[in-house]
Amino acid sequence: MANLTMIQAITEALDQEMARDEKVLIFGEDVGKNGGVFRATQGLFDKYGEDRVSDTPLAESGIGGMAFGLAVQGFRPVMEIQFFGFVFEVMDSIVGQMARTSYRMGGKLNLPAVVRSPFGGGVHTPEMHADSLEGLMAQSPGLKVVIPSNPYDAKGLLTSAIRDEDPVVFLEHMKLYRSFRDEVPEEQYTVPLGKAAVAKEGSDVTVVAYGYMVREALKAAEQLEKDNVSVEVLDLRTVSPIDYETVVKSVEKTGRMVMVQEAQRMAGVGNTVISEVSQRAILSLEAPIGFVTAPDTVYPFGQAENTWLPNAKDITDSIKETVEF
Amino acid sequence: MAKQPVDYEALLSSIEASFPMVQILDKDGSIVNKDIMPDLSDDELVELMKRMVWSRVLHDRSMALARQGRLGFYAPTMGQEASQLASHFAFKKQDWFYPGYRDVPQLIQHGLPVSQAFLWSRGHVEGNNYPEDLHAIPPQIIIGAQFIQAMGNAVGQKMAGKEDEVTFTYTGDGGSSQGDVYEGMNFAGRYKAPVIFFIQNNGYAISTPREKQSAAMTLAQKAAAAGIPGIQVDGMDPLAVYAVTKQARDWAVAGNGPVLIETITSRFGPHSTSGDDPTRYREQESFDYWEQRDPLIRFRKFLEDKGLWTKEQEEELIEQTKEEIKQAAKEADQAPKMKISDFLKNMYQEPGQNITEQIEKYEAKESK
Repeated sequence: MANLTMIQAITEALDQEMARDEKVLIFGEDVGKNGGVFRATQGLFDKYGEDRVSDTPLAESGIGGMAFGLAVQGFRPVMEIQFFGFVFEVMDSIVGQMARTSYRMGGKLNLPAVVRSPFGGGVHTPEMHADSLEGLMAQSPGLKVVIPSNPYDAKGLLTSAIRDEDPVVFLEHMKLYRSFRDEVPEEQYTVPLGKAAVAKEGSDVTVVAYGYMVREALKAAEQLEKDNVSVEVLDLRTVSPIDYETVVKSVEKTGRMVMVQEAQRMAGVGNTVISEVSQRAILSLEAPIGFVTAPDTVYPFGQAENTWLPNAKDITDSIKETVEF
Repeated sequence: MAKQPVDYEALLSSIEASFPMVQILDKDGSIVNKDIMPDLSDDELVELMKRMVWSRVLHDRSMALARQGRLGFYAPTMGQEASQLASHFAFKKQDWFYPGYRDVPQLIQHGLPVSQAFLWSRGHVEGNNYPEDLHAIPPQIIIGAQFIQAMGNAVGQKMAGKEDEVTFTYTGDGGSSQGDVYEGMNFAGRYKAPVIFFIQNNGYAISTPREKQSAAMTLAQKAAAAGIPGIQVDGMDPLAVYAVTKQARDWAVAGNGPVLIETITSRFGPHSTSGDDPTRYREQESFDYWEQRDPLIRFRKFLEDKGLWTKEQEEELIEQTKEEIKQAAKEADQAPKMKISDFLKNMYQEPGQNITEQIEKYEAKESK
């Protein structure tokens, strides 16, 4: 066991999977010698050479097309989009092309590509870097969308993502990269895609979150312990497909639910979870489902970030409202 | 007045002068450049003519089938036979093909049964159930996306050490304006990927004429910015198209990286069978001009002069092809009805909870 940050866990997952499978290729902007702007690919260029870890020209669409063609040729491309706000430049490759390939070919050709990308607010990036765009991805059939909330899961989920036979969008919240450490086994292991985790057990209310919001939900839960409110925190880990089974099981136990997402309120992952829970567990619910989100504005100017982003206080308030209903 | 640092007019003229059009056979079937005659046997010359005639018949019959409602989307190819079939003639079975949607004739020549091409046009999944040895993916609908994918495919071939294998792909004069076309060429140059890019400049992107796509005097010159060779060729001249394509393939196989070939050609018909009327945007003179440059006229003349081709031979081939197409259309009629539950099963190699639930739901519905 080593005590690793999430970015270190990600590097370790990439390193070990590259060592295990020579078909794994990493490419993107500045991922080579520089090791990526967040150092996710630190050391891999020196270890595996520039054929397998390559700096591409600065063009996201080209990176996506390259991943597509390499996957057709039997490689396992792990492409990096430097910041997920730049995904619009490569939407066709990911949503229009990769996601549709298996369907289009009657299941005969699959596309085992991984799109890795940092996203998420609270780290004072310039515009178009921090948006939570996972809802756009989750709405695209054919993709899997994975968002780890801690170093242990990050390593296991990324290993699964690279081994997965379908295209996987792997989103890494920037605020989680170096904010805390976890015990991470040195050997390889996998965390299954499409399975939620119980981040904290509780009996009064279920909070469903993913990514950085799991941290805020855990803070809120800790706070509420003092008021004798027992909060169960679920970490979706994969937002497409969603593990409704685990969510419903928890809601049936607690009878109350608060959905939390960093993304804006309109459409998106949270609404999907709420809608499914309403259909699958309405008779277990003792209160309306709470929904904590960012407001429906464009991702804010840097100096307003902290008032815009949902936080533990917002979650606590919503939980109280639900519990006291 | 001080002298200007740069002579812009001279600069532009020098670019144009760098991309002359390669021609071997003029519109009357006479050899104008025998030094670069490709090394094709008589049998090969006849085979190339056969493919071009076959493609013309495929066009005619596809138009007719579309009018009868027996084909869905079809992009007419009449006029582009040299650009399409003579370029394809230079590739090998193992080469990978990323077609645009007008490139169905080459796709069939590369190994797709005609019946499946028709199923693709009709919108049936069996159209994409490719034979194992067909190195191709289905025609690209997003204009230009095939350039970046072909590049990735070629990077993969190079990485895998495939020595006598390249990737080839086509777009049009409209497609040449897409960012993906430049990105594909630029990446391919940077990775020295063995890929041959074609811009079939047929004069119109639906209705928008070539001169409104770009101030660039040739489309071939777009290669220069990516640091790769760009060539302009008479796309109505099968010998020239074949010769430059063959050379480009050899260049790529030798490890030199990609080549861009602009074929100057013409689409004689509408953009597609979906109601396009070319007389809305094209003068009669344009049709007349290009029809005189019909690749079949000049190649027929050339082969007849060599005693390699006869009218009877051509008529026999036309009848034979018509029959082949008739059978293919019948065969396509036999394709089974598609099921939503199968679509759901094909979305992922391993379906998640939600897809599994939906498979059950649709299977129940479809078993009724």
